[in-house]
Amino acid sequence: MSEPLAHAHHPPQGFIRKYVFSLDHKVIGIQYYFLALFSVLVGMSLSLLMRYHMVHPDAKVAWFAKLWPTAAQGGIMTPELYLSLMTMHGTIMVFFVLTTAPQSGFGNYFLPIQIGAEDMAFPVLNMLSFWTTFVALVVMVAAFFVQGGPPLSGWTGYPPLSAIGPLAGPGEGLGQTLWIVSIAIFCGASLMGAINFIATLIDLRCQGMSLMRLPLTCWTWFVTAILGLLGFAVLLAAGVLLILDRSAGTSFFVPGGLLVSDQILNHKGGSPLLWQHLFWFFGHPEVYIAILPGMGVTSQILSTFARKAVFGYRAMVYAILSIGFLGFMVWGHHMFMSGMSPYSAMAFSVLTMAIGVPSAIKTFNWIGTLWGGKIHFTTAMMFALGFVSLFVTGGLSGIFLGQPALDLYFHDTYFVVGHFHMIMGVAAIFGMFAGTFYWFPKMYGRMMNETLGKIHFYVTFVGVYCIFTPMHYLGIAGNPRRYSDFTNFDFLGKLLPVHNFMTQAAYGTAAIQILFFINLFWSMKYGKKAPMNPWNATTLEWTIPSPPPFDNFGGQHPVVNHGPYEYSVPGAARDFIMQTDPVDVAHVE
Amino acid sequence: MPSSITSDIVKPPAPPRGGGFGGGGGGGSEGWGASRRASMTGLMVLLAATTMAFAAFTSAFVVRRGISNDWVATPLPRIVWANTAVLLVSSLLLELARRSLKSGRRTAFNRYWTAATLLGALFLLGQAVAWRELYAAGIFVATNPSSSFFYLLTAAHGLHILGGLTALVYVDVQALRLRLGPGKRTAVDVSAMFWHFVDGLWLFLMALFLVWG
Repeated sequence: MSEPLAHAHHPPQGFIRKYVFSLDHKVIGIQYYFLALFSVLVGMSLSLLMRYHMVHPDAKVAWFAKLWPTAAQGGIMTPELYLSLMTMHGTIMVFFVLTTAPQSGFGNYFLPIQIGAEDMAFPVLNMLSFWTTFVALVVMVAAFFVQGGPPLSGWTGYPPLSAIGPLAGPGEGLGQTLWIVSIAIFCGASLMGAINFIATLIDLRCQGMSLMRLPLTCWTWFVTAILGLLGFAVLLAAGVLLILDRSAGTSFFVPGGLLVSDQILNHKGGSPLLWQHLFWFFGHPEVYIAILPGMGVTSQILSTFARKAVFGYRAMVYAILSIGFLGFMVWGHHMFMSGMSPYSAMAFSVLTMAIGVPSAIKTFNWIGTLWGGKIHFTTAMMFALGFVSLFVTGGLSGIFLGQPALDLYFHDTYFVVGHFHMIMGVAAIFGMFAGTFYWFPKMYGRMMNETLGKIHFYVTFVGVYCIFTPMHYLGIAGNPRRYSDFTNFDFLGKLLPVHNFMTQAAYGTAAIQILFFINLFWSMKYGKKAPMNPWNATTLEWTIPSPPPFDNFGGQHPVVNHGPYEYSVPGAARDFIMQTDPVDVAHVE
Repeated sequence: MPSSITSDIVKPPAPPRGGGFGGGGGGGSEGWGASRRASMTGLMVLLAATTMAFAAFTSAFVVRRGISNDWVATPLPRIVWANTAVLLVSSLLLELARRSLKSGRRTAFNRYWTAATLLGALFLLGQAVAWRELYAAGIFVATNPSSSFFYLLTAAHGLHILGGLTALVYVDVQALRLRLGPGKRTAVDVSAMFWHFVDGLWLFLMALFLVWG
């Protein structure tokens, strides 16, 4: 293993060592954050193109023809192009935004600090994991520029479509291959990151930082790392099998006797269901990877700005662990319509309902945290409250989908699209916004602008509800997903005004994100200087300067005497007790 | 505190006495203790990931074998038995090496470790020979699902052997250049444990081939 902490005794010199191939977890965290920021811009642009097309499927757009001469001949987006955009939207958002920023971005930056360590356990591995992720992104984006363009098999890449090569459609040649290779590289990067997170959390906690004194953010980063470790390994295996089917003529996933584009294929004996099982065994933990860090950040922020301990800390920890554990047992609920035995479906359904229990416990505990608190409505707090709201909304539709009898109807409709966008595309993003506003002062030594932040919050909050709530209605009305054109069907044509509304809301919501970017970049240079602890928060990151020195604690070794959320403790001099405050300050364990 | 968001502060915090920031020497979370423990944890985590990947391959193997009738058992090239023995002996030699190191017998360590590394390389060569035997018999990756899995699993395992071999070579070079100080003891243990794991994995794969073909 690489030598941990050997670099920690002198600061790095030179631009390359400081900002490019940095071993400092803080720099690496910021690098991941900016990678995610770039990716979200790409992903959002793709979604706007999709939404435009859905309400104007026959529109001639001049620059479509320039950009995609074959796929948008005459400026009209072909269905294949639409599906490619949809595939890349999903892939980039899920992998390069939702798996990187909350975990590798904020987690890398703040996990070592919150546990009182100088750096991650394996700094060289950490650096490699970022640059490997970067290479994965380059390969993924390259798929846009190769012959045939990006794949059109969805972010789920189901075979046979994804396994039989260019015969299946444009983008299924080199584009699909690059997609699989990119995902495989990403798997490797995630595994490296998971090793670091787990080893750091288990072994590098400072004196007094017992497991039950960890901030909930650390618990979520820990469980997320375990989910990633076990899940991405399986995805990697599946990806290897898929590449072999495509390039080596094997038949892991492709059955015999397929007639595609007037050609009988050479494969025989494989099973597309095998891919589905392997993919969703990864795919379900993946969505918990996307949401858990946001839950940790929310707990942290709600506690800070309600000046109250997190209600039921122990229950929150058990809930995080349960969500992680149960998350591995419910993958079949993505496959209710695959022809599985109703008994299997029942088993997966019961487990899916069961996972609602720890999620509900967390939600009630967030409310319990707020109850009777002295609430400060900072932007970070607004986004955390927004997270709770969106998590409940998104989670509720999940309960419907978890019933096979209902999923019979809802599967592959907009009801599913509404569900996962609410919970991943919005709640998780709100978690990232919340984390940004909360931790920006620590990272950059300056405050973000609260007015810009509040405007951005309110418009985004209303906007996302406008975009994604109607999708539930559309699903109930029978609107299928992954169709590029609804105008050919009478019953769908009637729903076009709803699509129009959602598209307008999407434009507005996307536009207001400009405020966030302005706020972010302007504040880095010109924001009001931030003190060490602007929020009067209790966890270890608030005991060090803003921004922190290269070795976090300036050569000191913090000693922790208190739990992470000792706010408004009766008898204490202030309404918060920092984790490193002396023992004799009145405290509750 | 000036310019803080909440104004509930009554007075600044008392200077730390017993708590707060201690000097060096925390409870084992710094220095070599932490580094060794962290490396061991890192190894266990890596082994968990590898186990999951091969569990996925095994699951695919079992499913693929069960769902169709085109499975033709791949004849195991005879050299694979020799390769297995070579791998087992290399693990044994690594253990003898570690014991020698513990009792300070450096020369013995160097001999055992180098021998084990060479045997590891020999294993890989033997696997390549096994592949060539299959080519000669007209059995390739896409010939039938059984051969697909044979090549896939031996290749995946071989990649892990290569990784382990890199670690073994690193330790060997350090040892032969007389640079294997106490700080590198963890590297020795971690490399050896990884090697034993990959050895055990090979035994599992052999059982899979022999029983399920």
